[in-house]
Amino acid sequence: MSAMAAGAAATDPMLPAVARVVGRRRETADVWTLEVAPPDGWAGFAPGQFNMLYLPGLGEVPISMSGDPAAPGPIRHTVRAVGAVSAALAALRPGAAVGLRGPYGSAWPVAEAAGADVVVMAGGLGLAPLRPALYRLRAERARYGRVALLYGTRSPADILFRRELERWRRQLDLEIEVTVDRAAGDWRGSVGVVTRLLPRIAFEPVSSVALVCGPEVMMRFAADALLDAGVPEPRIHLSMERNMRCAIGQCGHCQFGADFVCKDGPVMSYDRLRARLKIREL
Amino acid sequence: MTVETLERYILEHRFFEGLEPAFGSLIRGCARNVRFEAGQYLCREGEPADQLYLVRHGTVALEISAPGRGALTFQTVHEGEIVGVSWLVPPYRWTYDARAAELVRAIALDARCLRDKAERDHDLGYELMKRFVPVLVERLHATRLQLLDLYAPPA
Repeated sequence: MSAMAAGAAATDPMLPAVARVVGRRRETADVWTLEVAPPDGWAGFAPGQFNMLYLPGLGEVPISMSGDPAAPGPIRHTVRAVGAVSAALAALRPGAAVGLRGPYGSAWPVAEAAGADVVVMAGGLGLAPLRPALYRLRAERARYGRVALLYGTRSPADILFRRELERWRRQLDLEIEVTVDRAAGDWRGSVGVVTRLLPRIAFEPVSSVALVCGPEVMMRFAADALLDAGVPEPRIHLSMERNMRCAIGQCGHCQFGADFVCKDGPVMSYDRLRARLKIREL
Repeated sequence: MTVETLERYILEHRFFEGLEPAFGSLIRGCARNVRFEAGQYLCREGEPADQLYLVRHGTVALEISAPGRGALTFQTVHEGEIVGVSWLVPPYRWTYDARAAELVRAIALDARCLRDKAERDHDLGYELMKRFVPVLVERLHATRLQLLDLYAPPA
């Protein structure tokens, strides 16, 4: 681990701190949540932010935090094993070392949503970056109006954090609607696209705040559905994904129009994104 | 159920929201109240599409069965939505199974009756088209997104 600093106090922002994996939990067939001990100097994170996780010889990838930002203990990252780096990360066992930079990026406007209804729309793995926001909304539940989570995913077997969602639903903290693209067998829930869930929840659109994360196509249509329902553009927030490398707005790989997603995002309001989302070359 | 109650259910159903009461009376003449226990089928693929349903309560699973894969649900329909657009276009045949996933209460509309009335009264026909075409477009759009398999791991 010579390429990693001994602690997060290192001044070079490109130099990862060494962190130790302390736990690992399987979420679905190809998705794992890693628990990493906070490195020296770790000062916490805000919901929606991400870390750069580094494995020597393999590379570095941006992964959002998926745990409760207010909880002491390990930092949680939920990873889908799809590429060389993410598959190796997902396979790490307790005791293994991982390079960690960050946290980076903008946050979900959780505090700013106080007093409003909050609609959280997640697609697939997009639930992971939204989970820290859901923890905060639940922790200060009385500060918000109605809070609803609308979650769409591929199949019942792909539902992330299923037990936790079931527990939250039982506790009546949140209105939770889950839909899948296809189902067979004993699935008793909804089947169809996530936007079809919107008419089923009660909320006051004009003053609501919407937090949306998922594949970009899903987010575009989710934003359209929210606009059609009457949610104003500045109150719709999307978490963008681009090819993030340096995570500090230096390399330009994640440039999206006039912004760098790593530094100015990933969470951005729809009024800022609208025109750019329609430019295919971006 | 009285005729008045049936008409009220039709006019209060989200699908017919804002419908002129006169049209409600015309539609009511084709309507009856129905109930399906969990597991019962509202329609089966290949059968004549001689009914459509306004779902008042419960969930209906729209399914296609494939050899070796069993019944695959591609959409669920809930309170305030409708089951059935095949009655609009020849050959008026169901292209999927619709199964009550739980107790379902609905208003069944006789398709031939409705088609005949729409043929005689084009204002009614246009009103019906304005309501059914968005359902078709929405389902086509949803199908497109499902075909994209957006949540699949990147290739």
